[in-house]
Amino acid sequence: MKILVCISHVPDTTSKINFTEGDTKFDTNGVQFVINPNDEFGLTRAMWFKEKQGASVDVVNVGGPETEPTLRKALAIGADTAIRVNTEAKDGFQVAKELAKVVQDGGYDLVIAGRESIDYNGGMVPGMLAGLTGANFVNTCISLEVDGTNATATREIDGGKETVTTTLPLVIGGQKGLVEESDLRIPNMRGIMMARKKPLSVVEPTGAATETAAVAFEKPAPKGAVKLVDTVDELIDLLHNEAKAI
Amino acid sequence: MSVLVYTESENGEFKKASLEVASYAKGVADMMGTSVTAIAVNGGDTAPLGTYGVDKVLNLKDSKLEAFNAAAYAKGIAAAAKAEGATVVVLSQSANAKYLAPLLAVELEAGYASNVVALPESAAPFKVKRTAFTNKAFNITEISTDVKIVGLGKNAYGLKENSAAAATEDFSADLGTFGVEVASVDKATDKVSIADAEIVVSAGRGMKGPENWGMIEEMADILGAATACSKPVSDLGWRPHGEHVGQTGKPVASNLYIAIGISGAIQHLAGINSSKVKVVINTDPEAPFFKAADYGIVGDAFEIVPQLNEKLKAFKEKNS
Repeated sequence: MKILVCISHVPDTTSKINFTEGDTKFDTNGVQFVINPNDEFGLTRAMWFKEKQGASVDVVNVGGPETEPTLRKALAIGADTAIRVNTEAKDGFQVAKELAKVVQDGGYDLVIAGRESIDYNGGMVPGMLAGLTGANFVNTCISLEVDGTNATATREIDGGKETVTTTLPLVIGGQKGLVEESDLRIPNMRGIMMARKKPLSVVEPTGAATETAAVAFEKPAPKGAVKLVDTVDELIDLLHNEAKAI
Repeated sequence: MSVLVYTESENGEFKKASLEVASYAKGVADMMGTSVTAIAVNGGDTAPLGTYGVDKVLNLKDSKLEAFNAAAYAKGIAAAAKAEGATVVVLSQSANAKYLAPLLAVELEAGYASNVVALPESAAPFKVKRTAFTNKAFNITEISTDVKIVGLGKNAYGLKENSAAAATEDFSADLGTFGVEVASVDKATDKVSIADAEIVVSAGRGMKGPENWGMIEEMADILGAATACSKPVSDLGWRPHGEHVGQTGKPVASNLYIAIGISGAIQHLAGINSSKVKVVINTDPEAPFFKAADYGIVGDAFEIVPQLNEKLKAFKEKNS
């Protein structure tokens, strides 16, 4: 089984979020970038398929040279090869279209992407990629088993979960649950050394068009101070009469 | 030209989120000087949609669609959009709507903006405000395609009544082959889901152990709320994963969020920030949650929660 894991290069979750150029660009100054958490759960599940079922695991990212350390980290975790599509990621559709070319050229059976990135939160790349390549698609996937060309997946639904059966080729929008937090791997020194020698190929983009543009950013208005109360009676009164929440 | 809205139903009734997206679609249609058509799948009584401004309902009736299928639903909605010449398609951000939206975008060659929080800033060019950076910022997204898809965040617009006819027609569409089949659904029918809940009662490691969740469930029962938990609690196995809310868990956009014994890590706050009113109960006055909350009590949950439950019960009896 050939697996491709899509890796989004995102600001670390504790980063201060600021904007530059008249609030039109994200300010990367002093920001640490990491593998998108939803992608990391998927990558770790892919390593399980590699170790238990002999799958090959490639990772891909659409982005400039500055995203390569993130791909190297994925290689250090255990992916076999990395591909970087050499263009700025502008919107979900453009990224999905560039990834579709990589998927088709590589003949992948299973594509794992995070359900959403933690920066733009578009939540559309996995589904668009499935739509563009004609693969089956399962979103918010919390467990996945593959047997030959048959797959059984569980997805989170509102208020519960649903188990589905499907076939490869398959794209999943993954998240926590595919593996547990405690299963995530911190690259060890050997992994980091090996990752330096693993192939990271840079491919030129197809020049896919965008459908949307993030034209401006805003930060939420500063929040007022918390109202501290001493008794539960006061709290109920405020929630009922002031906040009108109960 | 029209605005098409996908209205989901459950057990034969339109969900509250459907009435909210219908209200929003009416707002967009007014900006554009056009009408609202709803597409329902095996929908029941469509009169409530008229109350919120829907002029016409296409009811896609097909026994194959009784179980949700994202690809087939997307094909059905795409067919409705084409039949109506819709230039804007509005969806909620339920798990199923988020699942089908990107497939629909490919079917319609439409640009899609998710997590939208308000009416378009302008209709031409079409610009909408959405949350980004997991609720730490907003961005203004311009959609440049002929057909635009808007995913409206829960509780972002509210319900607005606008009486309209909601003339209902049966609709059918070519749904293609089903590549994904539902084998089983595991859903608690007696509990409110986090996605649909107006109030969410959430607890963290401050509860000291899973055996102490009785008082949390009791509060949820009294308030008709959903229960949720912080990430460490689900990682420890004290509560099911489906209750984990935060950046890598479920997002919460309830009207009221009550956090008990949760310190308020940045990842947690990011996931619940869209909730309108936030209450924190924590022994540690320095807990970061106090900076994010609207109301707070500094104190021990084991003393305060039972008192609160008792008073809430009395309050509910008096006010119901």
